[in-house]
Amino acid sequence: MTISIRNISLFAVTALLFVIVGQVQSWSLSLSILNLCLISAIMALGVNIQWGYAGLLNVGVMGFAALGGLAAVLVSSPPVAAAWSVGGGNLLVGLLIAALTVGLIVWCYYDMRGTKRRVLIAIVAVAGYFATRAFWDPAADAIEAVDPAATGFLGGAGMPIIFAWLIGGLFAAGAAWIVGKISLGLRSDYLAIATLGISEIIIAMLKNEDWLTRGVKNVIGLPRPVPYEVDIQQSAYFQELAADWGMSIIELSSMVVKLSYAGLFAIVLLIVLYLSETALRSPWGRMMRAIRDNETAAEAMGKDVKGRHLQVFILGSAVVGIAGAMLTTIDGQFTPSSYQPLRFTFLIWAMVIVGGSGNNWGAVLGGFIIWFFWVEAEPIGLWFMDLITSSMDESNPLRLHLLDSAAHIRLMAMGVIMLLVLRFAPQGLIPERRR
Amino acid sequence: MDILNALAVLFNFLVIPAMAYGSQLALGALGVTLVYGVLRFSNFAHGELMAFGTMTTILVMWMLQSVGITGGFLPTALIAMPVGILVAVLLALGTDRLVYKFYRKQKSPPVIFLIGSLAVMFFYNGLIRFVIGPEDQNVADGVRFIFTAGDFKRWSGLDEGIAFRTTQGISILVAILCVAALFWFLNKTKTGKSMRAYSDNENLALLSGVNPERVVVIAWVLAASLATIAGTMYGMDKTFKPFIYLQLLLPIFASAIVGGLGSPIGAVVGGFIIAFSEIAVTFAYKKVIGYLTPGDWVPDGLVQLLSTDYKFAVSFAILVVVLLVRPTGIFKGQTI
Repeated sequence: MTISIRNISLFAVTALLFVIVGQVQSWSLSLSILNLCLISAIMALGVNIQWGYAGLLNVGVMGFAALGGLAAVLVSSPPVAAAWSVGGGNLLVGLLIAALTVGLIVWCYYDMRGTKRRVLIAIVAVAGYFATRAFWDPAADAIEAVDPAATGFLGGAGMPIIFAWLIGGLFAAGAAWIVGKISLGLRSDYLAIATLGISEIIIAMLKNEDWLTRGVKNVIGLPRPVPYEVDIQQSAYFQELAADWGMSIIELSSMVVKLSYAGLFAIVLLIVLYLSETALRSPWGRMMRAIRDNETAAEAMGKDVKGRHLQVFILGSAVVGIAGAMLTTIDGQFTPSSYQPLRFTFLIWAMVIVGGSGNNWGAVLGGFIIWFFWVEAEPIGLWFMDLITSSMDESNPLRLHLLDSAAHIRLMAMGVIMLLVLRFAPQGLIPERRR
Repeated sequence: MDILNALAVLFNFLVIPAMAYGSQLALGALGVTLVYGVLRFSNFAHGELMAFGTMTTILVMWMLQSVGITGGFLPTALIAMPVGILVAVLLALGTDRLVYKFYRKQKSPPVIFLIGSLAVMFFYNGLIRFVIGPEDQNVADGVRFIFTAGDFKRWSGLDEGIAFRTTQGISILVAILCVAALFWFLNKTKTGKSMRAYSDNENLALLSGVNPERVVVIAWVLAASLATIAGTMYGMDKTFKPFIYLQLLLPIFASAIVGGLGSPIGAVVGGFIIAFSEIAVTFAYKKVIGYLTPGDWVPDGLVQLLSTDYKFAVSFAILVVVLLVRPTGIFKGQTI
């Protein structure tokens, strides 16, 4: 594998940026940005698998990331026994009926024809809907009534949150299977619109199904995969270390926590990156590129275009789901209302486009650079606004407005950066390698 | 009497809001479908274009209000709207010049245009928040009601009232006018005909001497005007909040696809289908059923099929059904 000097220097410059932030602002901030950069890079890899390998347009990244977050809650938070006992049984019955209904509808769809099919599907759907709700509604109400200020939901499995990263990937893959089954094989625009829709629905569900996620009441205090600051501060070893290095123990402990996160995230990133690179260089990757570049020809050669598209769509979404679970892990809380499409879908797209679609290293670089500027654009924008308005009066309304709105500049800047890259370097910072 | 009361409830909470919302969606979907018909891509920045036009309208409205000009019993925003339209058209044309024209020359695939529109959306979004901020703005002034629930009750002697807000009336009226004007333009004028010809068969239209750049310009002018009108109507009827327009994108796309992307009549019909199903599915039928069943019996729950927060799911479900059953939409739009 040859990585040119250009690419190495691009990564070196990125590393330098972190050093600068560490020196100018603080190392703790630099590490926080780094952690989110690592997660963003994984998310960008997921989108790159879909867009770069196969040319599939996923505009619902947010939904898949949120499903990862849901997995974090369901895996790690302690189970609420009282809620299970009041509503668990009925809920499971409701779930069973819903599954049965869907199964029956699918069976009708494939096994019958004409009017009979339509009528039967309608009857099954209506009957199933009311039967499900008859069990579901009382169960959900009962669960939500269990100590609503503290729990009011079923809780999770109480397992280490690390498992959630895998489960999050599975959740996202399941959702991707449904969306893909419906919309792949149609125009590329339709997949984009369908994913946009499913992501909004997932967020609406997470906000409203209180029995599952506590909704907008948020789930806070998720367990961590790394030690807590308090424990580090009490350990004799770290106290000595802090004294040796002349740092306060509080600063050291927060750095240690962030570094441990960074280590974990870096391991995941490397695994995903290794697997993606291997896949891209395998015959499978060659086939994907062939399908992307000329679907008709690939189909004529006997490749199962629709099947491969579905496969790659599921794989990419799973990677996004893993990243989503990691994000909730580092936040330590699950807040459904924090999922905004600009931040969770379109920013990831900017990363892939700017980094270089079709190139995994490009996606990683894009993830780092774009997230870095997303965070740092605010202080830079504020500084810039302060500079250009410094000649104005302190209470000048225009100056106040400009300073007030400086934070929104980063949206504009992101749009301009994306447009410039699309226009003048459509292949991104690290172009796809010609093979 | 009970049946009339049930009907009144239905009208007040379902039919009238759905008519107004459907008009707004139809105007938005018309813009999407025109751009799709001529430029052949789904414009993800359309929601933000709506927000931008509305924002300009609000700024002009504030200016008018500060010098004491109001619309009397009508909302002042109506007077300000032409300026909003003009600025939005300029923005759309400028964007086309700087962004999309290049890809047109390159004959890029539609998906590149689409990604370009994502970037444009980012930019517009920042611009709007930068100028007006992310907060709520009140757009409607003037008389609030054409007739209130109380007026209706006195007039009809029913227990249930029907209120008809001015903004709802304006939405419906403006939508009818716009759609009529648009269809007259597309079907009767030479420019409109050349536009339809270009949308139907690009090569044939070019051979017949249709100037493609001119068609594109007109498509943007129409799309931006309709977007501003739809956005302002929505803002007057509900409220103006920059991020709401991003969420409107899904129902608008659903309307355009259900009707058939690229088909103007389809966009209008699709808009009303989406609006009516969205409100009908999330409507609480408790009162209606209470009136229709004999005696004083009233159902326990709200008798709501889906909670209001799931209105996206309605657009999406309809979208999915259409994609599965008839991907070209009700009125055969552009084929896949």
